[in-house]
Amino acid sequence: MQARYRILLPVISLVVLLGMTFWMQPRAMSYFGLNLLFNLAVPIALATIAQMMVIMVNDIDLSLGAFVSLVACVTATWLNDTPLFGALILLGLIASYALMGAVIHMLELPAIVVTLGMSFVWGGLALFLLPTPGGASPEWIRSLMTLKPPMVPLAVLAAVIVAALTHMLVIRSKIGTVLRGLGGNARSIARAGWNVTALKATAYGLSGLFGVLSGMALVGLTTSADANIALRYTLLSIAGVILGGGEFTGGKVSPVGAVIGALTLTLAASFLSFLRLSPDWQIGAQGAILILVLTARLLFSRKGAAT
Amino acid sequence: MTVLESNPVVALRDAAKHFGPVKALNGVSLSVAPGECLGLVGHNGAGKSTLVNLINGTFAPSSGEVAFPLGQQGVRSVFQELSLCPNLTVAENLSISHPDLRGFGWRRPARAEIQASLDTVFPDHGIDTDAEVDRLTIAERQMVEIAIGFAPRGGTPRLVILDEPTSSLDEGIARQLLSHVRAFCAAGGAVIFISHMLGEIFAVASRIVVLKDGKVVADRPAAAFSRQGLVDAMGHVAAEGTQAAAAQTQIGEVVIRAEGLEARRGEVVGLSGLAGHGQAAALARLYLSQTSDWRAGRGARAVFVAGDRPRDGVLPLWSILRNMSISVLGRDANGGMVDKDAERRLAEDWRKRIGIRTDDLTNPILSLSGGNQQKVLFARALASDADIIVMDDPMRGVDVGTKQDVYAIIRAEAAKGRTFLWYSTETEEVCQCDRVFVFRNNEISAELTGAQITEEKILEASFEMMEAS
Amino acid sequence: MTMKPWVWAWAAAALAFSATLLLTSGRGAGELAYAALSFGAFAAIVGLGQMLVITLGPGNVDLSIPACMTLAGTLALKTMGTEPGTAFVGVAVALATGLAVGCANFVLIWLLRLPPIIATLAASLVYQSVAIWSNRGLRIKPPEGLANFATGRFIGVPNVAWIALGLAVVVWLLLERSVWGRWLLASGQNARAARLAGIPVQAVRAATYLSVSVFAALAGYLLASFSGGAALNMGTEYLLMSIAVVVIGGSSIAGGNSNVPGVLGAALFMFLVVSMLNSYGAGAGIKSVLTGTIIIAIVIAASTRRSRQ
Repeated sequence: MQARYRILLPVISLVVLLGMTFWMQPRAMSYFGLNLLFNLAVPIALATIAQMMVIMVNDIDLSLGAFVSLVACVTATWLNDTPLFGALILLGLIASYALMGAVIHMLELPAIVVTLGMSFVWGGLALFLLPTPGGASPEWIRSLMTLKPPMVPLAVLAAVIVAALTHMLVIRSKIGTVLRGLGGNARSIARAGWNVTALKATAYGLSGLFGVLSGMALVGLTTSADANIALRYTLLSIAGVILGGGEFTGGKVSPVGAVIGALTLTLAASFLSFLRLSPDWQIGAQGAILILVLTARLLFSRKGAAT
Repeated sequence: MTVLESNPVVALRDAAKHFGPVKALNGVSLSVAPGECLGLVGHNGAGKSTLVNLINGTFAPSSGEVAFPLGQQGVRSVFQELSLCPNLTVAENLSISHPDLRGFGWRRPARAEIQASLDTVFPDHGIDTDAEVDRLTIAERQMVEIAIGFAPRGGTPRLVILDEPTSSLDEGIARQLLSHVRAFCAAGGAVIFISHMLGEIFAVASRIVVLKDGKVVADRPAAAFSRQGLVDAMGHVAAEGTQAAAAQTQIGEVVIRAEGLEARRGEVVGLSGLAGHGQAAALARLYLSQTSDWRAGRGARAVFVAGDRPRDGVLPLWSILRNMSISVLGRDANGGMVDKDAERRLAEDWRKRIGIRTDDLTNPILSLSGGNQQKVLFARALASDADIIVMDDPMRGVDVGTKQDVYAIIRAEAAKGRTFLWYSTETEEVCQCDRVFVFRNNEISAELTGAQITEEKILEASFEMMEAS
Repeated sequence: MTMKPWVWAWAAAALAFSATLLLTSGRGAGELAYAALSFGAFAAIVGLGQMLVITLGPGNVDLSIPACMTLAGTLALKTMGTEPGTAFVGVAVALATGLAVGCANFVLIWLLRLPPIIATLAASLVYQSVAIWSNRGLRIKPPEGLANFATGRFIGVPNVAWIALGLAVVVWLLLERSVWGRWLLASGQNARAARLAGIPVQAVRAATYLSVSVFAALAGYLLASFSGGAALNMGTEYLLMSIAVVVIGGSSIAGGNSNVPGVLGAALFMFLVVSMLNSYGAGAGIKSVLTGTIIIAIVIAASTRRSRQ
């Protein structure tokens, strides 16, 4: 599939799901309805972008959920109580992500295992910081996340902004092009004189940055944190990247698609609650929707290959 | 600013490169002047790649020196294996190796530059600079890579190293490249041209250097070599292109009819035509249709010999022994368990028959040179009971000596009643077949047999323009 | 003779064992060994399955192991309904569940051509729902005889450990000696080359994805019998665990290379390191941080040793 068509399917699946939701529940077709539907989309979209940065360079991050949880804990405690110190800690976390990328590359470690180990580390630190749920959101994040812009609900507006900015960064800019090239053929990037370790660190650092933003946005919505608050983001973010037309290898990613994938996942959960499905089947239905959309992707790519 | 003509672009003095005890390059002195096209020839393992890697700075010499009197800027390499980023567009691939393209608005100049370079080297190439590379054919990718090598990229290309640049190009495109190389050198650029196709070397090189066992054994103007003289200098007894004068074997009944191809028992069937016109794809489909994803038939009818070894052939973690026996394990097994004695006997037998240069079959497959790896793949296929042997350009990057060995084996096996389907990009090889199918635009445009099989006939069927009648 | 990769896992396990006993000055060695062998057995069984899948090459991993364990445990215990003498019916139900899950996973991967990570992840959500629906929050006890068997021992070694060991021997024989093992290892190195060499790659993949689910189902059945009933979250920790034991055990995450003894050692180690930290009185947070650090340290140690060879 060519890059410009890769985006079509995520858009269609989102529109179809949205249409079905409106059909089930016409009242959702309003400012407040949309706000409710996409309420939790912003942190998930940011986490999906974070995951995408790592998938872009052919790795996978199994620690993202634990990392976002840790960031949420830091935000709800240190950033709230002593803003300067909290901000320093968050910067340190981004730096440690970059360091993780550099180490993975220099020692040729499998990313899946290192991030697996790191998920224990982040999770442990979060438990250490907040053994029981608690903390409070800094006021400015809270007010930012509950902003009510005219016409378009904040969640939708924020998703558009995130998609536009990351598209510029990953697809249009030179550094984004080089990073995607790293996923496509690392040897040729190295031969062209780039420092691959620095590039990997950049990709992971960007991932850390978006992970931090995700955790902060999450606390802004929930107003408190706990150590397990975002554990499911690991799998959600991977699913979001793939739903958005990204591939696990070869540097083929789409930031706009990833954001749309995250919106689709959020919407699927809301849609199922409208369906009045027995709670037993809620999770299973999410899985079924995921399979359905991915199947559609297959049909699409077949058609693309035939023409 | 003028530069003295006598000042070389690169000068090696007694340069050597050792990998542990292995002397890949053993004291080479060599210089390339502006305006010169140096033809570099030698067998596999003679040290060509190591020499290239010393010049482009991938390795530092173990001893001796590599000097660039005019500075190291403008030394470019076009590598044998394709080294583009397949997920990026043609223009983006150029920008990767263009340090000045940054900030806002880098796309437009990148597009313009690669377009200009492609137009210069390959007129009428028809490549879209905004196409992602993995949408291009192999030949188009190689063209893009060459064009990036000759593009200015914020400087001037002074020395371009072309390592087997025409391996995936058909003859027309290859001619365009050769004439560009001549024009580039006439304008003061220097080129190091590495090729197994001696015809190309003679067509383009002003000077020829022959490497053997890590040393320069001949360094003379091209005019001072004859074709035979060059082959002799490389130090192999067998000359290239000797027609296998094998007696025509008894051709039996038709054993396979698929993809428009037809082959009889004991026949060597060639597939020819311009590269990338559907031959490899037809062979792969034919092979896959004869074998199963789900069952390993005890008597599988067909086996496959890969030409693209890393992609289609070699199992890189394994020993020579295991690589060789994998296709016949099922046949020789005892109740599903591998019969290790039978495996070893079979491998030892084939090592001798096909002449794989190793002391120990348990050495890793990757310790062998490319030509010897190819022999392992041949042994894997020939050791089976299959009647049909499908070969997808198996002589790519194989030295002349190995080729002669393999030609003889193919003839001997055909005489025993096996059928070969052999795609080759080298017309010379195809001319040794009993029957030839010529492909054009993914279709068979001619079927030639016996005395009809000549280079002229094959070319005629390969090009559309010849059809006018 | 160079050091085999699995030596590391066993050495680390022994180290953790001695460090724990150091604190108690040798008391409780028997209990610790019993617990380690029992819990290690469950990790080893799922780890062996995951190892086979990871051997298939990059991108192959089964994320549905926890859901499969839960589902098999739940369905088996529900069928048996604490009736004595139904243990074999239970095994049959569990194994059939495993086969069904494996088939479903492979159909998604093969027919829909989904990447295995995402296919098994999406499917596991469905299995989880089925488990919730069939269980309805009830905790059914295993038949007494079965519970006794699952917690019992033979020549001093827990019965579940014997089962894990038996499975390991079978898997080792398959990989080292059988034609199927060769085919699996070849497919993991280069699937295209393997197919072109005449290996029935799809059959190999199908068999592998079926095996991992059957192994997970067996582990779920045993774990439910061992711990007095199936719980909906009983498989959760085995997702990361199954991957961790494969890698710590010295198998290559890039595929084509596997290591059975290493998985056993790593499974023991993963339990022992937690109990060591417990006995040193570490809190949940510290325990988790140290576990992660140790996993990474072992991976680094193994990789630098490999590159020096």
